[in-house]
Amino acid sequence: MTATANEYVGSAVPAMTGVSIHQLVAFVVMTAALVAAPFFVYPVFLMKALCFALFACAFNLLIGYVGLLSFGHAVFLGAAGYGAAHSAKIWGFPPELAISFGTAVAAALGVVIGALAIRSKGIYFANITLAFAQMVYFFSLQASFTGGEDGIQSVPRGTLLGVLDLRETLTLYFVVLAIFLVGFLLIYRAIHSPFGQVLKAIRENEPRAISLGYRAEQYKLLAFVLSATFAGLAGATKALVFQLASLTDVHWTMSGEVVLMTLLGGLGTVFGPVVGAFIVVTLENYLAQLGAWVTVVQGAIFVVCVLTFRRGVIGELGNLLRKAL
Amino acid sequence: MTIFGVPTQALFGQLLIGLINGAFYALLSLGLSVIFGLLNIINFTHGAQYMMGAFVAYFLLQWAGLGYWWALLLAPIVVGITGIVLERTMLKRLYQLDHLYGLLLTFGFALIIQGLFRHEYGSSGLPYAMPRELAGGRNLGFMFLPNYRAWVIVFSLVVCLTTWYVIERTRLGSYLRAATENPALVQAFGINVPRMITLTYGFGVGLAALAGVLAAPIYQVNPLMGADLIIVVFAVVVIGGLGSIMGSIVTGFALGVVEGFTKVFYPEASNTVIFVIMALVLLVRPAGLFGRTT
Repeated sequence: MTATANEYVGSAVPAMTGVSIHQLVAFVVMTAALVAAPFFVYPVFLMKALCFALFACAFNLLIGYVGLLSFGHAVFLGAAGYGAAHSAKIWGFPPELAISFGTAVAAALGVVIGALAIRSKGIYFANITLAFAQMVYFFSLQASFTGGEDGIQSVPRGTLLGVLDLRETLTLYFVVLAIFLVGFLLIYRAIHSPFGQVLKAIRENEPRAISLGYRAEQYKLLAFVLSATFAGLAGATKALVFQLASLTDVHWTMSGEVVLMTLLGGLGTVFGPVVGAFIVVTLENYLAQLGAWVTVVQGAIFVVCVLTFRRGVIGELGNLLRKAL
Repeated sequence: MTIFGVPTQALFGQLLIGLINGAFYALLSLGLSVIFGLLNIINFTHGAQYMMGAFVAYFLLQWAGLGYWWALLLAPIVVGITGIVLERTMLKRLYQLDHLYGLLLTFGFALIIQGLFRHEYGSSGLPYAMPRELAGGRNLGFMFLPNYRAWVIVFSLVVCLTTWYVIERTRLGSYLRAATENPALVQAFGINVPRMITLTYGFGVGLAALAGVLAAPIYQVNPLMGADLIIVVFAVVVIGGLGSIMGSIVTGFALGVVEGFTKVFYPEASNTVIFVIMALVLLVRPAGLFGRTT
């Protein structure tokens, strides 16, 4: 049976390996725009968007290329944030170690939750990841080191590698940009590798992939852990940027937001999550004073995307240009 | 008198609260299960529809002067109809796609509904008076039992068991179960499956609204009353096994009681105990306690 476009979540993009020219061009344009951006736009806003962009890319690795919808990805963002904030503030870790530690926390959680969740598919998988996320949320609410409702505040940014003073906003911006680009490229590499091809094969037809001799569960688990790790990298970075780790980042609404970003940008596209994250963060910035309307607008975007716009912004653009972006 | 060093008064008190919570878990997970069985979607709007049930009860009282008993009848119908409209106009278009799109659509609707209610009524909660007939309580000797709470437990048990009976033991239920197995074949026998799907969704939503009306006098009427509850119910559904009717009823009540006892013996874990049980069940039986492997 051949899969028609959109039959599976994230199957809009044909399988391919190697770097194509138009993706290279798109990457250069994106990087140039991000390097120039802090001289025109408020850098803290950009850093927030970059953290969410990396978070969405990590999430997309799972939904777009393995076809698994995690509804609890906020756990990795939030737990890494707590890890980074706690190690920087209480243990006095320098930023590079604090970010590494936070990311490692997310990776470890990814192994545990992934091992339990990966045996189920589709709706069950979404349900189970959501439930685990809620469990971690309640844990964070009660545990003493997270600061409960207050979170961990005034986390020191410190000096990166003893050289770069991160209290300088612009220095911090370029460090965050570098982290984002490294994460983005590693995810790109993972998707366009033989490993990524196997993931896509599992997404399209798992029994067949198994019959070809691939241990589907191990591949899925590895993809899950990778996704959790990059989500953690985003969360740890975000904690240092905002000098805050709070319950917001572990709550299920955050898990919903990353789904929204990726869906809006385009599931299973390389640049979609980045575009989606920038749109959603911008939107929230403008709607912030309207209170509950933010939720309504987010919900409306979900409904419109699902009913009429399933390819997302970049998916539609790619379809128009007949290129995989 | 004490049991394991806990006064019986406290123990039975928590047992009662556990049963009350269990009644809500059972009603909500039953609705989710019925919907999942036929539509193959997880109805993420369920929590919002539970909240709408409570609000409709509140509106009926404020605007039409209709009290609790009318609300118990009318709120499920009103909210059920909104569910039917949602199914007819939007969900219907997604059946041939990946089921995850149904989840995303209903999630979007939950956000819209909760956002609108929160904008209109804030998040502080509105009081809803208990029906006069069920005020007060009785002393059972070992504990004090408020009448309304007893009513909630008994009534939801009756609703759950009636639903189970209709689905598992009647002709209508047999159509429903057959359509769950093979909708195309059932349709070939001349049964209007699309209409059955619509009515099933309406019924499941109605159950959520009914739970909302029952909850209104106990908890306050609050725009976010269903938001966190529904995630616990998702865990209940995973533990019981999706699509199993009796499974969701039994698991609902049982987990409510387990949660209640956890509050007595180890209060720190009372919020997380259900999720821990879920993890354990998944290790042993990935399809849930009563579910079949798909």
